[in-house]
Amino acid sequence: MFFYLKCISLQPEIIKSLTMNNYETVFILNPVLSDEQMKDAVGSFEAVLKNNGAEVINVEKWGLKKLAYPIQHKSTGFYNLIEFKADTSLIKTLEVEFKRDEKVMRFLTIALNKHAIEYNEKRRKGAFNKSKKEEAAK
Amino acid sequence: MTLVNEPVNRDQQKKKYCRFKKSGIKYVDYKNPDFLLKFVNEQGKLLPRRLTGTSLKYQKKVAQAVKRARHIALLPYVTDSLK
Repeated sequence: MFFYLKCISLQPEIIKSLTMNNYETVFILNPVLSDEQMKDAVGSFEAVLKNNGAEVINVEKWGLKKLAYPIQHKSTGFYNLIEFKADTSLIKTLEVEFKRDEKVMRFLTIALNKHAIEYNEKRRKGAFNKSKKEEAAK
Repeated sequence: MTLVNEPVNRDQQKKKYCRFKKSGIKYVDYKNPDFLLKFVNEQGKLLPRRLTGTSLKYQKKVAQAVKRARHIALLPYVTDSLK
C-alpha cells in the first residue's frame, strides 16, 4: 500500500497516462436555440473538457437534423460530436454537466477501442462519404 | 409419383457470408444510420443472423451500434415504414 502511494507521488504523469482513454460524445441540442446560444453551449462543454485536462481531438457540428422519433415534443435537433482524450473520472463530470443543461436533449458518451480510433481517424480525413454528410448538413 | 424428395440444387443456392469478415470492417459505426439500415427490418427491428449471414462476433457489434443509434434518434425504436 505504501509502496503504491509512493509510486503515485513519484510519477503522477505516468499514472495519469495509464487512465487516459479516448472517448467520443454525441449530444443533441434543442432546435429552438439561436446560433449563438448553440455555439456557447458547445463551447461551454469544450471548456469543461479542456479545464479538466482533456485533450479535444475533434469537434463536429452536423447541424440541424431530423430525429427518428420526437424527443421532448420536438422533431429536429442540433447534433454535435466531440472526440477527446481524457481521464476516466472526467466522464462523470461531463455527464453531470449534460444533465444540468436544459439545452441538451440527449447525449451519448462512449469509450473508443483501438478499431474505433482507427476508424475515426479515417473518418476525419474524409475516407468515407463525409463530404456528402457535410453538404446535407448545410 | 415417388416418395423421394426432389434433389436440391446446392450450386444455385448462394452461400451466405459475413460481410464484415469479407470486407475487413472492424468497427461498426453507430453514427451511420444508412449502413445500419441493412441490419434492421421495416419495423426497425434487428434482423437475425440467419438472414444477414453476419458472424456472431459482428452481430453483437451491429446490435450494439443499432441500440446506440436508437438512443441518439438516428434510428427509430419502433416504426412501420422504414424502407
